[in-house]
Amino acid sequence: MSSVKPYGDTLDDGAVQLSFTLPIPWDEAADEAARRLVGLMGFTDVAVVEGRPISAAFSFYVVYARTPVAIDVSTIRAPSAAGAALSLEQVDELVAKRVGRKLKVVGACIGTDAHTVGIDAILNMKGYKGDYGLERYRGFEVFNLGSQIAVEDLVRFARDRGVDAILASQVVTQKGSDIANFTALAELLEAEHLREDVLLIAGGPRVTNLLAAELGYDAGFGRGTLPSEVATFIARRAAERVSA
Amino acid sequence: MQLRIDPGAVARARRLAGAIVDPVEAFIARHSTVGVERAVARLCGVDGVDADGVPLPNRLVDALRPREGGIARALGAAAAETGRSPQDVAAAVAAGEPLPDPSRTPEAAGRAALRPHVERGWARLDGARRERDALLARLPQAEPPLLYVIVASGNIYEDRTAAVAAAEAGAQIVAVIRSTAQSLLDYVPYGATTEGFGGTYATQENFRIMRAALDAASERLGRYVMLTNYASGLCMAEIAATAALERLDMLLNDSMYGILFRDINMQRTFVDQHFSRQLNARSGIVINTGEDNYLTTADAVEQAPAVLASQFVNEAFALRAGLPPRQMGLGDAYEIDPDLEDGFLFQLAQAQLARQIFPAAPLKYMPPTKHMTGDIFKGHLIDAMFNLTSVMTHQTIHLCGMLTEAIHTPFVGDRALALENARYVMGTARHLGDELEIVPGGKIERRAHDVLNGALRILGAVAERGLMRAIENGTFADVRRARDGGRGYDGVFSKADQYWNPFADVESAGMRPPASRS
Repeated sequence: MSSVKPYGDTLDDGAVQLSFTLPIPWDEAADEAARRLVGLMGFTDVAVVEGRPISAAFSFYVVYARTPVAIDVSTIRAPSAAGAALSLEQVDELVAKRVGRKLKVVGACIGTDAHTVGIDAILNMKGYKGDYGLERYRGFEVFNLGSQIAVEDLVRFARDRGVDAILASQVVTQKGSDIANFTALAELLEAEHLREDVLLIAGGPRVTNLLAAELGYDAGFGRGTLPSEVATFIARRAAERVSA
Repeated sequence: MQLRIDPGAVARARRLAGAIVDPVEAFIARHSTVGVERAVARLCGVDGVDADGVPLPNRLVDALRPREGGIARALGAAAAETGRSPQDVAAAVAAGEPLPDPSRTPEAAGRAALRPHVERGWARLDGARRERDALLARLPQAEPPLLYVIVASGNIYEDRTAAVAAAEAGAQIVAVIRSTAQSLLDYVPYGATTEGFGGTYATQENFRIMRAALDAASERLGRYVMLTNYASGLCMAEIAATAALERLDMLLNDSMYGILFRDINMQRTFVDQHFSRQLNARSGIVINTGEDNYLTTADAVEQAPAVLASQFVNEAFALRAGLPPRQMGLGDAYEIDPDLEDGFLFQLAQAQLARQIFPAAPLKYMPPTKHMTGDIFKGHLIDAMFNLTSVMTHQTIHLCGMLTEAIHTPFVGDRALALENARYVMGTARHLGDELEIVPGGKIERRAHDVLNGALRILGAVAERGLMRAIENGTFADVRRARDGGRGYDGVFSKADQYWNPFADVESAGMRPPASRS
């Protein structure tokens, strides 16, 4: 099956559910406005199943509708950076045999972002969901710089320590701050002629591997990523570099 | 619903917490910081910025050399010698004049000359407190748990719209989340602001804008809507001062949060938290402590004793700053992995334990964040269980969980759904906790005992080592911080014998705090 529509209870019925807020008080005309608005979005069979005031000036709607469009899934490619993750022992063995030294990994929440939960989950010994963090691996020497690290400081650290991989984390995405920070880091590494020397990895709940590739990163890891997936990626790439 | 708790164990924990903070209090008594001095300047009426946008309190305190006598002594001497007000002195310093040397002015003359300005500061602060008391009497709040929501658009005018909408949807407390980096700024930004990341800058003008909007909403709704901001980071004391002047009702204010989670120097934080809590005590502001952070950064089941230990430490510090238990919003959070069997029982145990150990404290209960995902439907369910725990265990300040917690800062519709969720659960199960008994020796009680015993072990180890050494060794949240490391250390200084802070000591101000509401 290559042409796909949302599935409610019948193939190709195109059923979707939407909910949204309008900046107008609720009344019956507002329900009708919501219905027509969803029609203008291109949906058909629009049913406003719930409309109500949520304050004097705002109203909230739940809508079911059908979409006339379909997607050809046979053309879609979104390769994951994770691949099949190796175990901690396998990663350590790969690094020991193919690289022959510890890989230096630096991680930081860049820019003004103070939310270290993601980078800590990947790097801290304890790890995430029972999957040990990179500090636990014999194959890595880990530097977790923590929160609110200026990209200049991160790049200086990477140069001074000769790191193999940089993990940049962004949790706050408001007004595109994450993209701006990721971009600034990649550009500064280019300007300092360091880009070719390091694996550059983006992480955060809104990061995808596709987004990371667009920003010039080697990989991107999103929500639910396990430390072993990041470890596997770094070890495999480093091993490839040695062989190349 | 009552747990059987060994009162001896609780008393032992309190003694240990006292033994932990008393040596730090001795350190605090000998030191001040540039942040404390800028707060004093603000309370003496210094406000505004210079031509480059640098706040006058910063210009003034930066000019204080040596710093050891404190800014009040310098302002008093200047007032005695020239008749200038603190604001005029600050403006003169900003224009390039040196700050006059206070050592030539008799102490008594300086203090007398500054007295009217100090009393004006107290009067504004006490006036705000009386105004709040009167509003609460006339526009009573709904029964706790008090529903608390955050606004965080970055633009104070959008925040205002969102706050009013939230109040109309049932919110009783609105917090304006600060811009991400503000805790690390060594100044308080000035004026109304419309740009921020992950939040909106805390400025005195932004405080005024929100207060006015919520006051109008309170009158319309017939119930007082409270306003919250953050007295944390490098400007803890200054924010406490401005919040007191602008009648904020609550402040996030933790004795160790900045050290552990923002890498702010520990000496700076300990001195700043003490003075900020003295101001909070006088102004009737309820503090909210940050124990939730221990749970969001590590496993919530393992870290539960650390939460309780931190509550004891926060309580001990707060008492020593004169803050009464009714103003201690000690924190906890609903962060246990939803996949853990009987996790809800553990949450109940911890919340009920805190309720019984700190019976007079308006406990602050924080929603699930760590295990929230893009699955908003499951998230809404987890929030409902959090709401149930809160009403069953009589939490006081209830930060409503957002179904979109993992996705974005709340939309106006998210907040309305969160408030509906809380109102439904808390209404339908209002007195459930009063109707149930906890099985003696059952899972809930055993868990509560484990947490209390774990907290005792932590407190014992910290008391033995000393708090600063314990933080250096990574006892809290697995974070190590050096005594002289971190941000803001250069702003800490020893007090000279002539040091004077008229706002640190109620007696020296010649006034007593007004009687408070219960």
